[in-house]
Amino acid sequence: MSEYAVELEEVSKHFGPVVAVDRVSLTIRDGEFFSLLGPSGCGKTTTLRLIAGFEIPTEGTVYIEGKPQGETPPYRRPVNTVFQNYALFPHMTVYQNVAFGLEMRKVPKREIRQRVLEALEMVRLPGMEDRRPNQLSGGQQQRVALARALVNRPKVLLLDEPLGALDLKLRKAMQLELKALQHRVGITFIYVTHDQEEALTMSDRIAVMNEGRVLQVGTPQEIYERPANRFVADFIGETNFLPGQVVEATGEQVVVLVDGQMPIRVPAVEAVTTGRWVTIAVRPEKIALHAQPPDPQAISGEVEEVIYGGTDTRYQVRLTPETVITVRQQNAQVGEAVVFPVGSRVYLSWPPEAARLLTE
Amino acid sequence: MKGRTAKAQGARRRGRWLNRLLTLHGIAGYLFLYAPIVILVIFSFNASRFMASWGGFTLAWYGKLLGNELIGAALKNSIIVAGTATLVSTIFGTMVALAMSRYNFWGKLAFDALLYLPIIIPDIAMAVMLPLFFVLSRTQLGLPTIIISHIAFNISFVAVVVRARLAYFDVTLEEAAQDLYANEWQTFRRVTLPLIMPGILGGALLAFTLSLDDFVITFFTAGVGSTTLPLRIYSMIKLGITPEINALSSLMLIASMTLVLLSLFLQKGGGGKIEIV
Amino acid sequence: MAVQPRTRRETWRLLFLLSPSLFWLIVFFFIPLLLVFAMSFGQRGTYGGVRWHLNLENYARLFDPLYLRIFWRTFRIALTTTLLCLLIGYPLAYFIATRPVRWRSSLVLLLMIPFWTNFLVRTYAWLVILRDQGLINTLWTGPIHAFLLQVAEAVPLPFWSSLVQATAQPLPLFGTDLAIIIGLVYGWLPDMVLPTYAAIERLDRSLIEAAQDLYANRLQTFLRVILPLTMPGIVAGSVLVFIPSLGAYITPDLLGGARSIMIGNVIYAQFMSARDYPFGSATSFVLMAVMVVGTLIYFRMGGGEVEV
Repeated sequence: MSEYAVELEEVSKHFGPVVAVDRVSLTIRDGEFFSLLGPSGCGKTTTLRLIAGFEIPTEGTVYIEGKPQGETPPYRRPVNTVFQNYALFPHMTVYQNVAFGLEMRKVPKREIRQRVLEALEMVRLPGMEDRRPNQLSGGQQQRVALARALVNRPKVLLLDEPLGALDLKLRKAMQLELKALQHRVGITFIYVTHDQEEALTMSDRIAVMNEGRVLQVGTPQEIYERPANRFVADFIGETNFLPGQVVEATGEQVVVLVDGQMPIRVPAVEAVTTGRWVTIAVRPEKIALHAQPPDPQAISGEVEEVIYGGTDTRYQVRLTPETVITVRQQNAQVGEAVVFPVGSRVYLSWPPEAARLLTE
Repeated sequence: MKGRTAKAQGARRRGRWLNRLLTLHGIAGYLFLYAPIVILVIFSFNASRFMASWGGFTLAWYGKLLGNELIGAALKNSIIVAGTATLVSTIFGTMVALAMSRYNFWGKLAFDALLYLPIIIPDIAMAVMLPLFFVLSRTQLGLPTIIISHIAFNISFVAVVVRARLAYFDVTLEEAAQDLYANEWQTFRRVTLPLIMPGILGGALLAFTLSLDDFVITFFTAGVGSTTLPLRIYSMIKLGITPEINALSSLMLIASMTLVLLSLFLQKGGGGKIEIV
Repeated sequence: MAVQPRTRRETWRLLFLLSPSLFWLIVFFFIPLLLVFAMSFGQRGTYGGVRWHLNLENYARLFDPLYLRIFWRTFRIALTTTLLCLLIGYPLAYFIATRPVRWRSSLVLLLMIPFWTNFLVRTYAWLVILRDQGLINTLWTGPIHAFLLQVAEAVPLPFWSSLVQATAQPLPLFGTDLAIIIGLVYGWLPDMVLPTYAAIERLDRSLIEAAQDLYANRLQTFLRVILPLTMPGIVAGSVLVFIPSLGAYITPDLLGGARSIMIGNVIYAQFMSARDYPFGSATSFVLMAVMVVGTLIYFRMGGGEVEV
């Protein structure tokens, strides 16, 4: 027995001239909630389909529980899938849908009945056995799809944007429910989503993908706080990018001259030499605004726009003629007065670790 | 102000008239479609031999049909031909529809053209080339050659109808079945087949109707003793119009209407739509 | 959605699904087609057989005035049929599309039922109506003639006698182009109504309202909005009527008699009575070519399956 539930080794998938998945290597641990996150067309769904066996890799090997899969058809793989549109059989009842996999594996009738009812209980759909899929709401269909997969007690459950078709409120509720369910059954979940918030909330680890490649693998905190590159920083959450040239590099600190006039200090992540063009990434919520300069070197700007958003307020602050930065401030104060009205002069500060130097 | 309201009223009145005219045209259109059929059926009950006079209601012509052995034999031939051709072409046509809708392959475009051609070209053109082939390959013309020819054109019609149905088929349903441990055959049997069944039935019905109706191609590929019903009617018409033909035609009309309505009823049960080529 | 076979299993499956039809269509359709093509370059033998010697004489013969006339008549009949179908069919489609939703499918079904019944029988029904001793002429020379005669005896009117005389003889319906056209319009009208109905039904009502909001009157709305948007349906319907009309055989045979014949009858005669296979082959090949080209134009213009 391998300690990894699923392993991808240099897996590529080409569709004619299109490279959908490009030399992807991943290891997914037993019992983990693992998300594949990326924009549409990034190859995350194809990666999932390669694991399920709906696609065969052009190159590389998929291992499930340490066994190389080769051309093994989907029906001989110990994984089950929850499809994006649920793919419930419209001509079968809920019961028949959930029983399908067990029937195919020739489980005795009596046991099928017991397990199907258990599974429906688990997804909180008891008493729905005789309904047809088209008589169910989106959320209920979703639960049937889950029950239909889980009833087979797979080693790995593959979920392809399972909450994509639900409305926001239901989606939030299902996120928590899914996470709790995964804890309870202890099955490895591989979860495909383009919703970064969803991935951050639910996952143990996330692989961010773009253009067929895996850009970064890590825990939600790692991905959010220490994005490996500009794409990850941009895709996950909101980020200000300040391009500039390194003017001073002294071991632990680097000074970057932004727009040729504004020096900004950031911690060094790797050895950079002076003269190199880099980008500084700062999250809007990490920046603090002050009416008076908090320290002599603090950079300043003019408030151009104030957007009130309930829990927080967004400020667009012009730093230089070329650069505008977004700042988010919690609306901790009571009352309706705007703290920094349009046109006012503000000073910015952030903890040194909040700014990340991206070299690429 | 006054002028404007008068104008608006005029426009509304014209609109009403247009709508009435449209309704009238609609009624006339349906009358045009049904009048000949109704007339035919009415005259099949006419005791007089001639159109000129109504000789009273009779079932004599229907009775005469029953005693006509030639018609009985033709009906038997028609059913053998249509039944066999429908069975084979429905199976082959469904298979090819599945292949064409699922896979890309070398020469697909050419094969697609070949598949559409029997639908496009006129009956008469298809009719003349088949006996030529049978004669050169020294095949005796008869029921088998009729059936072979009917299958040749029916495959295309079945394929088109089934493909239209498959266009709405969600392939992930098959993937879901395979994900749930169903092998290719089980997936087809339990998921694909029940879901495309209305399309297959529609295709089969079309094939059966076309086969039962066909005159031209059958005429050219038939041999001695393989006369089908349309061939029999045709030769009867050519010999002179008799009330007997009216009776036979009426029966055929009623039979095909029943068939269509029955199949619609079946399709409604499957929740499908009617596809017409 | 279609994909290349992904595994060897899928390749085998594809072959399995394809081969029966492929075999059948090649052996019983494509090879005969090639045979006809080859034969169209042959020559009629002295005793009705075929002499295989390559020439274009058969195609040249089609330019003989006799055949050109028949080609022209066929074209004229098919075109008139198509236009009539459009004139009758479009308002009919509009009528159906403007009825309440719950009526529509029944109306479409009512349209389809005659369409699914035997073509020969339907044509025969018109023979019963149109022939010299048929329904119309029975009424014409019978009650109508008698009525006019009575009126003439009661009140002497000028020109009335010529009317009385006209009804003394049957109307020349059978054996005319008109009879063929009636038969063809009857046969293919649903082929025009269905695609135009689909196009009209698909039309977004709010577009018509928008046009009227922008000061277009009924005629302008029809010409500038409805007609252009339903054009694909009109093109589809026209092709679906025109093509089978060109290749008609039964209709001219039954309703046109010996007097009015179309290309279909020429082909038939070459194979069945004249025994000039090469010439019949050439004629049918030209007809096929015309139809294939017509269909290609149809698909180019975005036509597709007609669906209800």
